[in-house]
Amino acid sequence: MGGLLTVRDLTLTFGTDEGPVTAVDGVTLDIEPGEVLGLVGESGSGKSVTAKALMRLNPANARYGAGSRMTLTDAGQEIDILSLKGAKALRQVRGDKISMIFQEPMASFAPAITIGKQMVEQLQLHRGLSRGDARMLSIEMLERVGISEPGARFDQYAFELSGGMRQRAMIAMALSTRPRLLIADEPTTALDVTIQAQVLDLMKELVGEFGMGILFITHDLGVIAQTADRVAVMYLGRIVEEGPVRDVIRRPAHPYTRGLIDALPKLTDLDAALTPVPGDIPSPLERPGGCVFHTRCALAEARCRIAPPETRLVRPRHSAACHLAPESAS
Amino acid sequence: MTDTAVSIRDLEVHFPLGRSLLGKPPVLKAVAGVTLDIPRGSFFGLVGESGSGKTTLGRATLAAAPVSAGQVTVTDREGEVFDMARLDRAAETRFRRRAQLIFQDPYAALSPRMTVRDIIAEPLEVMRLCRTRDEVNDRVRAIAAQCRLNVEHLRRFPHAFSGGQRQRISIARALVTNPDYIVADESVAALDVSIQADILNLLKQLQRDLSLTFLFISHDLSVVAHTCDHVAVMYLGRIVEVAPPRRLFAAPRHPYTRALISAIPSLDPDDRGRAERLTGEIPSPKSPPPGCAFHTRCPMVRDRCRVEAPALRQVADGHSAACHFSDDLALARRRADSPVRVPA
Repeated sequence: MGGLLTVRDLTLTFGTDEGPVTAVDGVTLDIEPGEVLGLVGESGSGKSVTAKALMRLNPANARYGAGSRMTLTDAGQEIDILSLKGAKALRQVRGDKISMIFQEPMASFAPAITIGKQMVEQLQLHRGLSRGDARMLSIEMLERVGISEPGARFDQYAFELSGGMRQRAMIAMALSTRPRLLIADEPTTALDVTIQAQVLDLMKELVGEFGMGILFITHDLGVIAQTADRVAVMYLGRIVEEGPVRDVIRRPAHPYTRGLIDALPKLTDLDAALTPVPGDIPSPLERPGGCVFHTRCALAEARCRIAPPETRLVRPRHSAACHLAPESAS
Repeated sequence: MTDTAVSIRDLEVHFPLGRSLLGKPPVLKAVAGVTLDIPRGSFFGLVGESGSGKTTLGRATLAAAPVSAGQVTVTDREGEVFDMARLDRAAETRFRRRAQLIFQDPYAALSPRMTVRDIIAEPLEVMRLCRTRDEVNDRVRAIAAQCRLNVEHLRRFPHAFSGGQRQRISIARALVTNPDYIVADESVAALDVSIQADILNLLKQLQRDLSLTFLFISHDLSVVAHTCDHVAVMYLGRIVEVAPPRRLFAAPRHPYTRALISAIPSLDPDDRGRAERLTGEIPSPKSPPPGCAFHTRCPMVRDRCRVEAPALRQVADGHSAACHFSDDLALARRRADSPVRVPA
């Protein structure tokens, strides 16, 4: 595959006092350059753990499964993410080729260091720029993301900026190293809708300009519909459905995806009853056998409790892991 | 006119911003002149961005924010009128039983060191509403069942519960004193969508079963549209529009409401780029702009808006808006295609 990121069969287990907890279970993902892959799921579904695994930011008690593979391809050169050893080698996926923006920009900026200093530091580290060049580039990036008076903002602290401005600064910082892959973990969840719309527009514009791939993590299917090219739906560490955003949202093949869509309040039909997905997401310590979703699935049959479903193609490029999903004709 | 549970008249809530040597100290007007009636038995939605003053307004109706000017009164179902600016100790005790608050974060709202039974029973014990322990237990069990918690849940500690279950515990605690007015401040914002629908359905059902009056505060217009029977939109401490949700969505008469509706990410992937975008951010309430508070971000701003503040006036039955040009908005709408597209 000539993709940018290839993840094959990623399995991640945490050793805890109460026993091993499987947070990610056989996840397979592909991202092409310039493509936005949306990753949706409830809290506890393992989406953030997956994202952190790409930068090897997992704690010491994390164990990768034997068959797990993660490869990042840049300019014909393949980086096997799991074989990287030592801080220097890891720097390739921690800021050089992969950048990350987080949900809460206040927690991501150091509070006692100016925004400019933090931007300059990482540019010196990852791109080997001189202090002066790094300063110029940082101010240019701040301007690029729509921050007024970038020169003055450069010398301010994170608390002096509003939530929207902070998230813009975060994006400027993440993109200034020119990463090939940007991981955006709920980047607009903490923002007001009008500001969210502005930040999403900005991100879409910058993908076009920089041509990087984006892994966009969110629990909001509306945000996915507005930004992603493809979407993967995650539940209890598994990808249960994956495909082009139009197909997945219009013709979901997995009952969980269907449930997420039905639970959303829709402005077009104010009389429609809101249908919750019944029950709660089970604790990762008590992962159900068979299909992980069977405890909450209205359509569950006997075989769902016993055998985990294979991922199958329901349509070209659209796959689902459900015993009841229709098989693709082709 | 229907019976009014909460009546707000020209309410202002000021918070002091430090001291000054000469003259009056500067103040932040979190609520800057709000007049609003919440009908008894309604599910009243209050929406706005962060910094709009919606939480402060909600708190002012619970005597939890200072009333700097104007008046707020809450009338309970027995007809007793509580004036938030003049609550003596005895009246306050009676009022606390009648009005309750449900918080946003179900993780922070529950003490990790108390069992669910003790959490729900605490208001009864503090207010000495029951004479015996059995009476308390009966009441706790009854309200827990109504909030779909079972008896064995009561013995456990909050850490054993998911977000949705914790929110049900918070709701049970708020309802245990048999109140008739509830302020729910972003009560579903911290929950996953799959659980959010469940809590909203529960709140609606409790409201009908117990004939409660709800003030439902949220930043999410789509949630409010689905649950509330009246919606007030707030911006910089002022109410800019009030209408039943259907009307509000079909024909918003304030440009801010229109922009808010259009900023909700549509589920239709082919809708991209159609939405109307607001530029800039909500100004600081420390220095609100003169004239119409929204003029700095308004796409249809004219000279008059920069000097003269528009009053909230009725534009149709049950529908008011505070915009000098709300009639133009209605006309433009009739002519052009609706900017709020509906997904297929």
